[in-house]
Amino acid sequence: MRLVDKRSKYNRRTVLKGMATGAPAAAFAGSMGLSIEDAWADSGKALSPATMKTLAKMARDIYPHDFLSDHFYIVAVMPWDEKAAQDDALKGVIEAGVAQLDSLATTRFKAPYAGVGWEEDRVELLEEIEDSEFFQRIRGDLVVSLYNQKEAWPKFGYEGSSFEHGGYLHRGFDDIDWLPED
Amino acid sequence: MANFDLNDDSLVVIIGSGAGGGTLGNELAQKGIKVVILEAGGRYEKEDFINDEWESFAQLGWRDMRTGSGSWQVATDFPNLPAWIVKAVGGSTTHWAGASLRFKEHEFRTQETYGNITGANLLDWPITLADLEPYYEKAEDKMGVTRTNNIPGLPPNNNFKVMAAGAKRMGYKEVHTGRMAINSEPRDGRGSCLQLGFCFQGCKSGAKWSTLYTEIPKGEDTGNLEVRPNSMAIRIEHDDAGKATGVVYVDGDGNTQRQKARVVCLAGNSIESPRLLLNSASNMFPDGLANSSGEVGRNYMRHVTGSVYAAFEKPVHFYRGTVMAGIIRDESENNPGRGFVGGYELETLSLGVPLMAAFMKPGGWGRTFTSALDQYENLAGMWIVGEDMPQQTNRITLHSTIVDQNEMPVADVHYDDHPNDVMMRNHAYEQGSALYKSVGAVATYPTPPYPSTHNLGTNRMSEKARDGVCNKWGQTHDVSNLFISDGSQFTTGASCNPTLTIVALAIRQADHIADAMSRKDL
Ligand SMILES: Cc1cc2nc3c(=O)[nH]c(=O)nc-3n(C[C@H](O)[C@H](O)[C@H](O)COP(=O)(O)OP(=O)(O)OC[C@H]3O[C@@H](n4cnc5c(N)ncnc54)[C@H](O)[C@@H]3O)c2cc1C
Ligand code: SF4
Repeated sequence: MRLVDKRSKYNRRTVLKGMATGAPAAAFAGSMGLSIEDAWADSGKALSPATMKTLAKMARDIYPHDFLSDHFYIVAVMPWDEKAAQDDALKGVIEAGVAQLDSLATTRFKAPYAGVGWEEDRVELLEEIEDSEFFQRIRGDLVVSLYNQKEAWPKFGYEGSSFEHGGYLHRGFDDIDWLPED
Repeated sequence: MANFDLNDDSLVVIIGSGAGGGTLGNELAQKGIKVVILEAGGRYEKEDFINDEWESFAQLGWRDMRTGSGSWQVATDFPNLPAWIVKAVGGSTTHWAGASLRFKEHEFRTQETYGNITGANLLDWPITLADLEPYYEKAEDKMGVTRTNNIPGLPPNNNFKVMAAGAKRMGYKEVHTGRMAINSEPRDGRGSCLQLGFCFQGCKSGAKWSTLYTEIPKGEDTGNLEVRPNSMAIRIEHDDAGKATGVVYVDGDGNTQRQKARVVCLAGNSIESPRLLLNSASNMFPDGLANSSGEVGRNYMRHVTGSVYAAFEKPVHFYRGTVMAGIIRDESENNPGRGFVGGYELETLSLGVPLMAAFMKPGGWGRTFTSALDQYENLAGMWIVGEDMPQQTNRITLHSTIVDQNEMPVADVHYDDHPNDVMMRNHAYEQGSALYKSVGAVATYPTPPYPSTHNLGTNRMSEKARDGVCNKWGQTHDVSNLFISDGSQFTTGASCNPTLTIVALAIRQADHIADAMSRKDL
């Protein structure tokens, strides 16, 4: 059967080209191995670097896929900065939410949320705020903003738009070869 | 292309251009009757369709505000999206998967067959299978349904092959690639299926029947049909004699227009049609137009649905090819020995990663959730379509405070599962899971219902005026020149997908309207 190529579509040349044209850091974070800890969040408009990083960490903890690099989570939460810049109430919700998460984390684990070492421990904290407006808004947005990234689809084995390739008629719509014969 | 005057009162005015309205419009136009179709949504041709789930939903989906209430899972999971249907020329036939099945004989007389079911408002249809058979034949020919009219079945895809292998182990007998309104070979000027896998996003190849590129252009070619997109009907008007006189609508520029009519046919799908009748209340019809029975908006049905997804050790790539790629019909018989009346079909289903994430376990998160999605390429999937019980309290009402962009109260969709529905869904979950396990599934995921794609029954047909809204022709009991032309006229919902029946009823209704007009009865 025809398998899906799951390798990252980014290569060094496009990364360098991206840099030359000043594309945002997140656009090539994946291939650069840029991670949540790096400096991508420094140029935010409304939300502090620490807040943005907490959101990215939280995003990974909500929908942990070990085959996705931080890149995808960073891309998924980036729009919150712009939205917060245009909406004070929203900015308040996010800042208060992150502050609450950090204070819970400090009490229990002596570190801010993003500094808590084990996912299991961070999830325990998220479960505590699961019903809050903050958590619900982040999760509700993330289920679209994470899974709607075309670059992530091949990693799930999904190929996306097929019309321009003539559909799957000659590309494996019926190529399953491991079913029992009886 | 026709262009009729707003004051032309010789016209049949149809509200909605989907399965019901689009078909009716063409049928009448072919008979030389002048028709205007008012369609709330825009006109997007096949070239405009997008192979991307969310972008396509934004293009075609009905996104105007609605609310959900009741104990059904959808009201919790998708409080402002009780239904997943379309607002565009072609209606939900742009999104639909194409499964085209006939009702069974007993499904027209469920009150008689099932007996008294507490809480259910069962009623026999005022027509029988025999009445509809000639029209089913015409509908199947029109839509090019596979396995009818010597049209071969579609080829099996990976998702179907998994289901079929499991079905064999379960001892199921009636298993095939479906009766689909999708060309398995070129027909009616349209090509055959390219196995694109985006049937729910509008078929870019045109292999799948949709009124958008079949009925509507054919009707327009006669010079008797005008389709007005971006025209949202907000009120049906009547005269002192209680006859409909025309339709008030808001056009694309936000201007209110009044189209006069000789006959008005309502085909806005089962949420909007009763909403419009309720919003057309007047001194003469204080509870809403054509609502002397009080049944307008009631008996809302949406089928017993749910999905079973299953993960295997190796890839399936279930998204490749037709979404509904085949069917198991063995469970669709009425066999009360299973603990419920009525039956259900099992049909393959696949979703892309974006919709899968949204629908698999709404609200879910954490590793349990993502471990299921991690299996995406190894998933097979099926959808349950079963007969749900009509209940008087399952209903569409006008929201008491929320209004839309035209100041019209939005629809609230209230639904509680009937115990029979719950028993049926659980039975189907168990059968589906057992089926996949029999061919080596490593995990199965019973998935709750999506927002309703099948919406039925809210202006139901009845023999007696007190039991329903319209008679056996879809003509409302109260207003003789007002017809119900969509799935809202269903008395009960049967175990199968509804569209073939909607189309058959529309063809039959066109004959009736044309006859009545020529006899000057209308
Ligand atoms: C994803 C999906 C898959 C489906 N798969 C199948 C399947 O495989 N088999 C099957 O049988 N069925 C299927 N269906 C259901 C099928 O699409 C519907 O049953 C059918 O289209 C309903 O026909 P209708 O005429 O009642 O309404 P629609 O086809 O929904 O048409 C109603 C039209 O009326 C318009 N309208 C509403 N209110 C107004 C107003 N006030 N003024 C002007 N216009 C208005 C709407 O914009 C819409 O275009 C599916 C549906 C969906 C969404
Ligand atoms: S799979 Fe076939 S029917 Fe579905 S969108 Fe593609 S060509 Fe159309």
